[in-house]
Amino acid sequence: MTVAGDLVTGDLVTGDLATNDRVTDDRATDDRATDGLAAALDRAAVVVCCGSGGVGKTTTAAVLGLQLAEQGRRVVVVTIDPAKRLADALGLAGGLTNDPTQLEIDATGELWATMLDTAATFDGLVRTNAPSEEQAERILSNRFYRNIAGALSGTQEYMAAERLYALHGDPRFDVVIVDTPPSRHALDFLEAPGTLARFLDHPLFKLLMMPTRRGLKVLNVAAQPVLRTIGKVVGGDVLADAIAFFQAFDGMETGFRDRADAVMTLLRSDATRYVLVAAPKRDTIDEARYFAARLAESSLAVSALIVNRSTPQFATPTTQRSTTQRSTAKRDRATASLWDNHDELAATAVAERAQLGDLVTDVAPAPVAWVPMLSSDVHDLTGLRQIRELLFGPATTTG
Amino acid sequence: MAGKGGVGKTTVTAVLARAAADSGLRVLAVDLDGKPTLGDLVGELPHLSLTAPDALAEYLEDHGLKRVAKRLAASGIIDVVSTAAPGIDDIVVLGKLKQLERSGDHDLVIVDGPAAGHAITFLLSARGLLDTVRGGPIRTQALDVLEMLADPARCQVVLVTVPETTPVNELVETAYALEERVGVQLGPVVVNGVDDGDDLEVAPGTDPALAAAAEFRNTRRALHRREIARLTDALAIEQIRLPHVVSSGLTADDVCILAAGLR
Repeated sequence: MTVAGDLVTGDLVTGDLATNDRVTDDRATDDRATDGLAAALDRAAVVVCCGSGGVGKTTTAAVLGLQLAEQGRRVVVVTIDPAKRLADALGLAGGLTNDPTQLEIDATGELWATMLDTAATFDGLVRTNAPSEEQAERILSNRFYRNIAGALSGTQEYMAAERLYALHGDPRFDVVIVDTPPSRHALDFLEAPGTLARFLDHPLFKLLMMPTRRGLKVLNVAAQPVLRTIGKVVGGDVLADAIAFFQAFDGMETGFRDRADAVMTLLRSDATRYVLVAAPKRDTIDEARYFAARLAESSLAVSALIVNRSTPQFATPTTQRSTTQRSTAKRDRATASLWDNHDELAATAVAERAQLGDLVTDVAPAPVAWVPMLSSDVHDLTGLRQIRELLFGPATTTG
Repeated sequence: MAGKGGVGKTTVTAVLARAAADSGLRVLAVDLDGKPTLGDLVGELPHLSLTAPDALAEYLEDHGLKRVAKRLAASGIIDVVSTAAPGIDDIVVLGKLKQLERSGDHDLVIVDGPAAGHAITFLLSARGLLDTVRGGPIRTQALDVLEMLADPARCQVVLVTVPETTPVNELVETAYALEERVGVQLGPVVVNGVDDGDDLEVAPGTDPALAAAAEFRNTRRALHRREIARLTDALAIEQIRLPHVVSSGLTADDVCILAAGLR
């Protein structure tokens, strides 16, 4: 099979994951793919992991974090997942908060983890940009604001970018790894500068605010048939809250926009790497191809593709399938089942790789790494280390 | 139907729809994402794609706001309405589902719902709106939806998972949240992709490649048994188990086979 980029099939993972005998396909130990993945992360300041839900994106983000920490870098991994999966994967029973927590790992670098709190991040942004404490409080206590801070579509993606930028500037960290929201909008912050400040470009804002020579002015609701209609459907008080909010927001757009521009410059720079995560299932592949196209539209390259949960490729048996397999002898039947099982898994592995073909072509020449379906769930540091080893080879002793 | 991403929620929705149709029920399968997957998987069964913008437009039309609805849709301002009152897009979808349920045209309306985390927000939208919207047609709609959600004879939530640690943990969390916060009745739990079967015996001297493949399979089966046992301990709810299918892309025919296996 011809594929773009290098292929690595991690060593077959069985039982304690420690078996390293050469029972898998020869490409298992292809050093070029390992090097390719390492090169993809070389000198990165930001790593963005994209992919649909359920492909092990959070775990992958944690594994990349572990790898960079073992290379001596100070890494913070940001997860957005409300289900606290990163906390699970990192074995943090207490869960994660908006403040980074340092993990105890045996490495020359450091590994920190944090969870995005959309509302708290938005609050921080309002406080930073408000000309006075009083104006900040007026916004923060507005009911409409409380509704949108967590719920407005796009807010989560925008705040993820904002949080990423803040952590990038934090002197405690060298690298920020971000696990994007599991939505198609995850990369919307790559659009034109104005759009990054999605919030300000929201149609409601445009509808309510009229540009005047002295800035923006809130429109008169009664004069706007559309607003009157909305008021009829949702109730006048809801609309009144919204208008009060935009009035309080007056004068803060410039600060928001400047910040948005800075975030986008970082995300478009060479210091930011995009890693696609997929699994060999049609819907996750479609989603990954969508992200690949989205990045290409913004003239950004995919740095690496990681395919999780793939069926391992087992070596071809050196013996021949017995011709007496139809025999009813117990021993022969057992051997026949072993052959059936081997062939079934081999056929699945081939089908999966064929299905991934277009995506692999899309991301060329980025390296492609295959992580076999593991025999147990990864929910602690030991599990992360094992995947790290599959992807990057044995840990180097740097100190 | 609710479950986290990657557990095969859409496939399971199609299988249950097919199984219900096979048993003689008039079934309507509904997707909420506007993607063609569910429609493809249920084959010739009645299917409806129901998205929030469409539901909202229809709602506005039903309330004598046809002209405005058209203008709103054209200018993309429907998003604005849902921003001004978060949850309004969810409530119009739930309202439409309620209308389908009440129509009497179907014995069972089976909905491929939003992903697990979202399912809670989605179903809580009715309650949330009652707090923010103090009058008008939306409030009436929210009250009707709440009545449907609270009646086990009319509405139940079926949670879907795969027999792996994190998905099982999330299913249990979601189950408690749905019962406590939404107050909706839980139907059976579906465990999808179960690889069951007897352990493969590896005799000494077996070809290493065959042995490795067998060991991989046995370990996965052991994991599945362990996780199903853990789920059984954590939730005293009936389980429907669907077998693991060796395929990387299911078709409507596979769905029929899986459904037949449930009988």
